[in-house]
Amino acid sequence: MGRVFKFGDGISTDAIIPGRFNVTTDATALGKACFIEARPDFATTVQAGDVIVAGRNFGCGSSREHAPVAIKAAGIQAVVAQSFARIFYRNAINIGLAVVQCEAIYGAVQDGDPISVDVRSGRIDVNGKMFTGETPGPVATAIMEAGTLIDLIKTRGWAAIEEVS
Amino acid sequence: MGTLTEEIFTRRLGRPIHAGEIVVAPVDYAMAHDVTGPLAIEAFRQLEVPIWDPDRVIFVFDHILPANTVAAAGLHRQVREFAAEFGVKHVFQEGICHQLMVEKGFVRPGGIVVGADSHSTTYGALGCFSAGFGSTDIAVTFATGRTWFRVPETIRIDLRGGLPPGVFPKDLALQVIRRLGAEGANYLAVEWGGEAVEAMSVDDRLTLANLTVDFGGKAGLCEPDEHTRAYLGDAGVIDLHPVQPEYRQLVEVDAETLEPQIACPPAIDNVRDLSEVEGTHLDEVFVGSCTNGRIEDLAIVAGYFEGRQVHPGTRTIVVPASKKVYMEALARGYIQTFMEAGALVMNAGCGPCLGRQHGVLGPGERALSTSNRNYAGRMGSAQAEIYLANPAVAAASALAGEIADPRRLN
Repeated sequence: MGRVFKFGDGISTDAIIPGRFNVTTDATALGKACFIEARPDFATTVQAGDVIVAGRNFGCGSSREHAPVAIKAAGIQAVVAQSFARIFYRNAINIGLAVVQCEAIYGAVQDGDPISVDVRSGRIDVNGKMFTGETPGPVATAIMEAGTLIDLIKTRGWAAIEEVS
Repeated sequence: MGTLTEEIFTRRLGRPIHAGEIVVAPVDYAMAHDVTGPLAIEAFRQLEVPIWDPDRVIFVFDHILPANTVAAAGLHRQVREFAAEFGVKHVFQEGICHQLMVEKGFVRPGGIVVGADSHSTTYGALGCFSAGFGSTDIAVTFATGRTWFRVPETIRIDLRGGLPPGVFPKDLALQVIRRLGAEGANYLAVEWGGEAVEAMSVDDRLTLANLTVDFGGKAGLCEPDEHTRAYLGDAGVIDLHPVQPEYRQLVEVDAETLEPQIACPPAIDNVRDLSEVEGTHLDEVFVGSCTNGRIEDLAIVAGYFEGRQVHPGTRTIVVPASKKVYMEALARGYIQTFMEAGALVMNAGCGPCLGRQHGVLGPGERALSTSNRNYAGRMGSAQAEIYLANPAVAAASALAGEIADPRRLN
């Protein structure tokens, strides 16, 4: 069980990790700078297992993979959003950050609400209500099952994706 | 048969490909820059395999050039050491990655190119399917020469009529974003066509393809034609057209009735007519970026700056997109014009666009930029405001110290 950190629409990768703070590949440093200006208390208050719930077009803008890396390193278990920008969604799956698309949950939660997300089934329990996220595509599912894209390609190569395409 | 995207994948894979299919496809080139490159390198090393083809891997130092901190110098060093270890010769430090990809001949009609930068959509201007990816995807391409795609459906955008004075391709793209919203093309390809596009130079088409990602597009393509041929030479220009395409959505924009468009803070789709925001005080004007830092853009600005002075209360920063653009601007006298007008001219690269190296905005400051992103914090302080506009509006605004209409200066 984690807590909800609620964000609005159009949260950009510039908000998640501003350009001045991604001059590193160190995940811990990125996690400490996550939302450093948009929500300065974020990195210091997130506890392992907490969940971001956001509106539309989460992760829009730059392709910087530092953004999902920062969110994951900060301790976030999953991001549940009404919609995701394409590159962010793919990057998150690739590095093993759980992302769940769910339209209905946004209006039903407040900051700090207790929430649990079952990433595999897409089941979300919050405030005594149950929501189900959209089923990820076959490639995303294959990567999630392996852990990361690197894990998948290293163990099984492109065959793993060709067989679900 | 199909959209430009379907045609490209069909030719490349040698079998009919339709939107919605998931394919693993070979790519021509994989590009990364000084910020996304190091993460790609670290992911690549985890795979413990040889590099696919060192001649098809490209690194560009542009986001922080030259390095302005010890940390940035470390990223550059990491890329240089990797390039030396794996025999990667295409390592550039002479401009923005997207401009160099086009100038150096890596982009061909019908090609497939991937880049670890969202504005990799830019190459679609030449009829190449190109898309932006994160570092891990690019690392896998470094190792295998391939990546996977869900072949996207397409939005067809027809730009009708000629462009009135003061209106440029930037305005057409912002008008489309105004209508479709910041995620209007999410997961989709965009085809840019119509007589306004047919009349455009390749430089102008690069602006349209570039901005495609800023309303979510995976790729933004123009049909290759005589302009493409003139730009690239005959080599590599193929006959490529949509054939009985089925589009997800059709959009028409009448260019002739348009006035200059301004994307206002804090989002790309908060677009207004210039007349609604005229007179807004500015602390900084930035001319440059992969959207509007090319020679034709600099020509527009030089035309307005000739014999005039930029407003003393406004920092005006000009950054040519590449060394080639810079040297052409020197030869044509534009650089002298910019400097005599009181503008700062910086070395070719991404410049102030992403708030990481110079031209950084302080709290409460307001900038107008010819670039592509106006999110809070993009160019510095999250308490700064960014307006996006075409080069003529940028020039007129730099002279006035506030958002101004270039049509009043002619």
